[in-house]
Amino acid sequence: MSFLRITSPHGHGPLTTAQVMQTVLLATLPGVVVLTWFFGPGTLINILFGGAVALACEYASLWLRDREPAPYLSDYSVLVTSTLLCIALPPYAPWWLVTTGILASVILGKHVFGGLGYNPFNPAMVGYVVLLISFPLQMSTWQAPRGLGEVPGLGDSVTALLTPGAYDGVTMATPLDLLRQNKGLLLDDLYAQAPQMVQWAGIGWEWVNIEFQAGGVWVIYGGVFTWHAPVGMLVMLGLCAAAGFDSGSSESGGSPLFHWLSGATMFGAFFIITDPVSGATSNRGRLLFGALVGLLLYLIRVHGNYPDALAFAVLILNFAAPFIDQYTQPVTYGHRPQREDEE
Amino acid sequence: MTTVFDIHGGIHPPEEKSLSNPGEVLDAGIPPTLVLPLSQHIGKPPTLEVAIGDRVKGGQLLAAAEGLVSVPLHAPTSGVITAIEPRPVPHPSGLENLCVELRCDGEDDWLELEGFENWQSEAPETLVASVRAAGIAGMGGAGFPTAVKLLAPQRAPMHTLIINGTECEPYITADDTLMQVQAADIVLGAEILAHILGVERILLAVEDNKPAALTAMQAAAADAGRVCEVMTFPTKYPSGGEKQLIEILTGKQVPTGGLPADLGIVCQNPGTAVAVKNAICEGRPLTDRIVTVTGRALARPGNYRTRLGTPIDHLLGVAGFEPKNNRRLIHGGPMMGFALESADVPVIKTTNCILVPTEQELPTPPPAQACIRCGLCAEACPASLLPQQLYWYARARDQEQLERHHLADCIECGACSWVCPSHIPLVQYYRAAKGMMADSRAEKIRSDRSRGRFEARQERLEQEAAAREAQRAARRAAAQQKAAQGGADDPVAAAIARAKAKKEAAAEESGES
Repeated sequence: MSFLRITSPHGHGPLTTAQVMQTVLLATLPGVVVLTWFFGPGTLINILFGGAVALACEYASLWLRDREPAPYLSDYSVLVTSTLLCIALPPYAPWWLVTTGILASVILGKHVFGGLGYNPFNPAMVGYVVLLISFPLQMSTWQAPRGLGEVPGLGDSVTALLTPGAYDGVTMATPLDLLRQNKGLLLDDLYAQAPQMVQWAGIGWEWVNIEFQAGGVWVIYGGVFTWHAPVGMLVMLGLCAAAGFDSGSSESGGSPLFHWLSGATMFGAFFIITDPVSGATSNRGRLLFGALVGLLLYLIRVHGNYPDALAFAVLILNFAAPFIDQYTQPVTYGHRPQREDEE
Repeated sequence: MTTVFDIHGGIHPPEEKSLSNPGEVLDAGIPPTLVLPLSQHIGKPPTLEVAIGDRVKGGQLLAAAEGLVSVPLHAPTSGVITAIEPRPVPHPSGLENLCVELRCDGEDDWLELEGFENWQSEAPETLVASVRAAGIAGMGGAGFPTAVKLLAPQRAPMHTLIINGTECEPYITADDTLMQVQAADIVLGAEILAHILGVERILLAVEDNKPAALTAMQAAAADAGRVCEVMTFPTKYPSGGEKQLIEILTGKQVPTGGLPADLGIVCQNPGTAVAVKNAICEGRPLTDRIVTVTGRALARPGNYRTRLGTPIDHLLGVAGFEPKNNRRLIHGGPMMGFALESADVPVIKTTNCILVPTEQELPTPPPAQACIRCGLCAEACPASLLPQQLYWYARARDQEQLERHHLADCIECGACSWVCPSHIPLVQYYRAAKGMMADSRAEKIRSDRSRGRFEARQERLEQEAAAREAQRAARRAAAQQKAAQGGADDPVAAAIARAKAKKEAAAEESGES
């Protein structure tokens, strides 16, 4: 009889790519729940609608590229892309905004480069930046948090998505907007005057960030990705914020705690820059990659034209990732320089 | 207990060691025929000493070592040589090799064997010669001639002997079993090896998932004639890799491209230690070994004492193979063993395990998905390589980057493939890339050589042309000198006159006729 001849190893570990993606999806849950609590079901509606569009778009792209769709659709990667993009989008975004973002992410961000694994840029951030540059008004309108304005219900959310213009929500500047626009107030006074600002950062935002961090830590604990990039980014962001804090003058860049718990910081640190395909690949490289994202994030937030800057920081560093890889190769076994005392 | 060091990476696959019931040795019996490949080791095949029709006894020499890196072959039992021809052997590429077929007579009639009464007083050279004559090749898997390894002190002094009882591959329990039942022999073998090598230190390394073997080894070490340190360390694959084990035990790394001997260390497998003990104390050549025959497609998995040359078919029969639900026959363990196409190949000196899993146990891998560069492979790599980058460069056939990322330091342990969530057969890419680079190196050597030849030829032709030119010039000068001396003797005028005369003579001749 003839046996099957395949090469070693003959066994395999339990983890599959689909499980990696599912873990990441599941880990966004705490953050999404808190977003929904503070800003209403807009984000949730984005995710569901965006997910459906993304699956259709993935299927169509695979069909155009003459690939068997089933194995690719079942790896959940496109759902991770769409979910991450939709979390980043403002809630109550119109359907065409979500759809344009998804198309840009999936087609421009991924399939034109050859699909999953070949994309040099983070697909979700490609979609986000396309939208941010094309539709700055829609992209910078953010619902006021619970407690400061009426949070829309489910029906309003669907209306906002499907018939743009028919829905009129309460919007409000985010804490990062406030800080950037603040030109005359001491930081303490700004905190005292602006209702959005609370003890650490902004109403809602601090909890959103804490929950995304919790989800991210859970993924790291599960061994799906390493701590290097998030730690690199958060430490660098904290250092920059500490250096630019100047004890809270009107020119202050905000405290480290404010930066850690504002905007897309934790979401970015744990869910965006940990994208392995477009990031640096060795652990040292990831640490450096994260640190540079943290630096750019701070510089653009405080000195740039945009209130938040995660997408730009990530895309710029995606360019640099192959370069970082070249200089952060770990020391291979047997290549350690021999010390004199070693025989 | 001495401190041990940790290595980078590593994985914890299901151990499956209890399946083959370590500690009990079963007998595979004498099959009707044995098929003995001449080459069961790394190095030159030995030369035949028998012919078809010869009656041989157990222990009789069948083939003698040819050159330094070679190993002789002995008859594992008595019988008649019935064929000498190429047969399939256990090889990843399913190659054939010259084999001696021995029809066993069932008598198991052996030659008189004689060992050294008092090996302690023998010179290392004498003992190495005996090890060499006993046909011993490393029994852990690579099959390097043991006697050659024992010549290491000729180049530099050795200080440590490591008996590698790690056996980190899942399923395999051959060394575990040997350590349980023949601990004293292993320690004695180690003492002989230490005497030959002139080392101060003997380390007996046992992974902590083998408590029975550890206890047995500790007891044997306590009774030993000299100090043997039994060292144990946490179970992790691939701790038993020679380079990994050295780092675990000593904290030192074997320099790239080097050998353990560069650190003054020699590693040997417990099976090899027992074979050395048998060779020195009894004069017995290596003709059998313990083979773990395991997997859930067997009714009676276990550790079988097997004569070399036993067809794997026979072994599977003894162990109760049920072909239902099995697709693979693996020579070696699940991590580094290679799949055989047919069971019609013999057990050789390096056969530590025959694994016949069911499809549930080790399923046929699904098609590979795209690499998402998750880096789990880099976390698992015991050599601190970046497998995801090597994969990329192997596919791109980018030799410069493969070299820069130290492909040559890959030990092909399979940890990266094991963890890969996209089921990419990474090791296969590295093997292919290594082959490609070896080809390029050979090609470069060939082209350098032919360029050298071409240049040498070119130079020779030029020299010859110059020599001819010089001769011609000398002749011309001589002729001109002669002409200048006697004016009538102008060679050109003389030649024209000769031709004229010849023409006239021819015209006259034709006129006459």
